[in-house]
Amino acid sequence: MSQDESPHPAADALPITIRGVTKTYGAVHALNEVSLDVRSGEFLTLLGASGSGKTTLLMVLAGFTRPDRGSVKFGETEIIRTPPHLRGVGMVFQNYALFPHMTVDGNVGYPLRLRRVPAQQAQERIEQALETVQLGGFGGRQIDQLSGGQKQRVALARAIVFEPRILLMDEPLSALDKKLRDRMQIELRDLHDTLGMTTVYVTHDQREALTMSDRIAVINHGRLMQLDDPTRLYERPANRFVADFIGDSMFVPVRRRGDSVYHGDTALTLSDPIPEADALLLLLRPERLQVLDDDPDPAMNRFAGTVSNLVYQGDSYLLYAQLTDSVEIALRGMTRRDTLDTLPKVGDPVTIGVHADDTLLIADED
Amino acid sequence: MSGTAVETHEDGLRHDARRERWALFGLSSPALILVLVILIIPVGWLFYLSFIGADGQFSLENYQRMVDRKSYRRIFETTFQVSLITTGLCILIGYPLAYFLSQLPNRIAGLCLITVLLPFWTSLLVRTYAWLVLLQKRGLVNTWAMDLGLWDEPIKMVHNLTGTLIGMVHIMLPFLVLPLYGSMRAINRDYLKAASNLGASPTRAFWTVFFPLSGPGLFAGSLIVFVLCLGFYVTPAVLGGGKVIMVSMKIASNIELFVNWGAASAMGVVLLLLTMLILWVASRFLRLEQLAGSGHG
Repeated sequence: MSQDESPHPAADALPITIRGVTKTYGAVHALNEVSLDVRSGEFLTLLGASGSGKTTLLMVLAGFTRPDRGSVKFGETEIIRTPPHLRGVGMVFQNYALFPHMTVDGNVGYPLRLRRVPAQQAQERIEQALETVQLGGFGGRQIDQLSGGQKQRVALARAIVFEPRILLMDEPLSALDKKLRDRMQIELRDLHDTLGMTTVYVTHDQREALTMSDRIAVINHGRLMQLDDPTRLYERPANRFVADFIGDSMFVPVRRRGDSVYHGDTALTLSDPIPEADALLLLLRPERLQVLDDDPDPAMNRFAGTVSNLVYQGDSYLLYAQLTDSVEIALRGMTRRDTLDTLPKVGDPVTIGVHADDTLLIADED
Repeated sequence: MSGTAVETHEDGLRHDARRERWALFGLSSPALILVLVILIIPVGWLFYLSFIGADGQFSLENYQRMVDRKSYRRIFETTFQVSLITTGLCILIGYPLAYFLSQLPNRIAGLCLITVLLPFWTSLLVRTYAWLVLLQKRGLVNTWAMDLGLWDEPIKMVHNLTGTLIGMVHIMLPFLVLPLYGSMRAINRDYLKAASNLGASPTRAFWTVFFPLSGPGLFAGSLIVFVLCLGFYVTPAVLGGGKVIMVSMKIASNIELFVNWGAASAMGVVLLLLTMLILWVASRFLRLEQLAGSGHG
């Protein structure tokens, strides 16, 4: 998606240009030459495991971590040496960081008081911000009277009330229970679409990232592994790390002979060109596999094996199959009344198929 | 197994619960007995003595004297004045110190805290006489200052209010710094980051966020210092040199010089009541258990 195609381009959103940002702690690279463009009005997620450097990068953007070198521009303005209070970005902290000695109004109005907004106008904006996060009428509450979800919303209201052009969020949903988190994901995304500010969001939860983001930057060991929209990230991972990190992934060793790739003695049918690499792995995802009957479909790659385990998980089942070369793969199927009765049993021979479009080859590096 | 045959152990369980309560009580009883013997009974005895006149009969003369004689009122005034100034100085010196400590990394802060605590492990008397040696006319401070040309004549720094305050502030400082440090340590640093992110300069963030949040700790520490000062004896007695007379010293002289237990008891009772009044008023602003704890608000 290019900048022009952004669903709700806001006139005053700002793009972020990150170039060569490096931060070391002793011998450890928290950030290693990270370069990244966040488009104006985009919802971009920094995704990585803990210790990957995603939070460090966010803190560099907010101004709380001073990198060793690099450049960060908001729009055309270099801000790498600008102190945090002059950056004018909104931020939602992981534990909300609401001031406990102020009411909800006091918290949301804090940035307005600093900007000397006249009292009456400030009150209107506070109420408007609270309405936006569906907390109208909560202004007089004390912070410790709020539930986790409400604190989350107050923190959000406080971050947007002064209309920053960039919004940063540091795992804002991690303290909420799953149901609330699922709902807040949709709400946050809707809010972003309404307000249109450039948003950088940090999470370790890949489903959250896939649900909310325009684009996702996968970070590992302080390096950017891949930057793509959710679909491409999942369907066409650029390297083994991303393939392994996103989704349930199984890797099956395959060999290249000339222009073909073989699993055992069977040539694979491929939709994509073969990557340039010495060693190749076949990436399989459980939900893209299916149990085949004898009907030969030329678009399907077939793997013969034996059912080694069958796990019922309510909405779906996992079928583990031992392939002839002692590799085990898992297949996920939906549990419907008709399939439940006809599932193969442990020990049965089974043929597992995967469509050529889902037959992904990954260079075996790292 | 049928429903009626199931053993519910109701009596046994109740018995266990009761035994645990008694065991807990048994563990705390030595401390309770100690408090009773060395605190409640003596204070009660003093309270009784304060109502016994010179003739051995019930009388209010000990209290009457405090109202009638101006010297007694002046002693109470001096006591409050010295306590207030000491507390104020402790805040001025202790707040920046506690702030500095609270900003250090954990391990270094621990080491520095030991240096704050170190005076605690030295006898109060030793520290007080040390000040006497340092501050007297031909003491270290005066000789060095004159050698350096800071002043020409020896300055009188002991046996007056100055000496009393120097000694008291030194002794009281840890009582302020410790609860204050605790409450500052408990302030989540994200609050300051949030303030900064929302547009507050470091100074602004300090006064609008950090200082209010350290308030309960500051209040608790100041209260401890003030209350301790009210009954302080050794340091003002040694460094004040008889020029600064506080309630505790008057009580001592009542007993040592005049062997007037009634008068001494009455002053003790008044001081105790005043202290309790102050704590009661303070407790309306602050939960008192914070005095004992970290003072986290």
